[in-house]
Amino acid sequence: MRKIAMAASLSVFIAFLIAATLVIHPFGYPPSQMDDYIIENAQSETGANNVVTAVVFDYRGFDTLGEATILFTAVTGVVMLFRRRKKE
Amino acid sequence: MMVGIPFNVPFLAVAALIGIAFYIILSQRNLIKLVMGLGIMASGVNLFLVTLGYREGGVAPIYTHAPIERMVLPVPQALTLTSIVIAVATLALMLSMVVHIYRHTGSIDSEESRTMKG
Amino acid sequence: MSKIVRTMSSILSLFIFVYGSYIIMHGHLTPGGGFQGGAVFASGVALLIVAFGSQNLHKSLKEHHLSILESGGALIFIGLAFGGIATVFFYNFLVGSPIFGHIPPPGPNPGDIWTAGVIPFMNLAVGLKVIAGLSAILLVMALATTITEVEE
Repeated sequence: MRKIAMAASLSVFIAFLIAATLVIHPFGYPPSQMDDYIIENAQSETGANNVVTAVVFDYRGFDTLGEATILFTAVTGVVMLFRRRKKE
Repeated sequence: MMVGIPFNVPFLAVAALIGIAFYIILSQRNLIKLVMGLGIMASGVNLFLVTLGYREGGVAPIYTHAPIERMVLPVPQALTLTSIVIAVATLALMLSMVVHIYRHTGSIDSEESRTMKG
Repeated sequence: MSKIVRTMSSILSLFIFVYGSYIIMHGHLTPGGGFQGGAVFASGVALLIVAFGSQNLHKSLKEHHLSILESGGALIFIGLAFGGIATVFFYNFLVGSPIFGHIPPPGPNPGDIWTAGVIPFMNLAVGLKVIAGLSAILLVMALATTITEVEE
């Protein structure tokens, strides 16, 4: 029963992957209106030569904020799990 | 320049990576192998994001000493940067949880670790 | 570890720290930034942990100090984000001011360190955060695994 369910879900997922590979845009020619705007205007708007850094810290700062929160949560969790208990 | 590659071979590689990771997550019972499967899936997602933003013959989107004006898309690269750090953080948390499960139950089998112990 | 490994790693880790700091500070000009430089710096800490042992390193590097450092980096980051709240959250309010305020000429150029507004400070804050976070994770996990080996 369990193997049948596993095979069924695996085949559905692999069919989805292959279908997604077939209908996606051709490799090397992505749709790029937003990125063209960012590449053209990043230097005048943020002053940074590195466009990736400009995107990470300026255009999409909220993503970086959430990522910092996740890193903080993970560090807190690891330190909490491995803290040494005091011997009584 | 990658002129000779036919259309969607990099996307097929992404599909293969994510399919392998999904098979591992479904079939394995060892917790360490499950974590390894999740790591492979994270690598597949990173490869997908980088592949999504590649432009034919483009250079990295950095204006310092850039040779030509044609650049790959910067937003997927920024998302990949975020994704890598998140993958590291979650892998560390999962591995420490596996260590604790092993200390608590004496086994890293996912079936045996489900039984409750008073 | 042996004396050769300890000497070589104590020399090499200094170069790794300098390289990580360079990647963090030049994040707005060259490939790299806070995350990558922090990861390089933390790999130097990992080298020290492997060479000297986590117990010896724990005498001078406590995990709650690293945790305080990490929270400080997060607070600096959010404070810089709140600095531009007059226009919008995460507004780059230092562009045009004397501090890191130059605007580079459009197109490819050799690069100027005094550009990009708040982005160098944010790189520094995130670099501090990643250094402290990854070092704390490595140190705590190494400590926990060595203690069990001694006990068994």
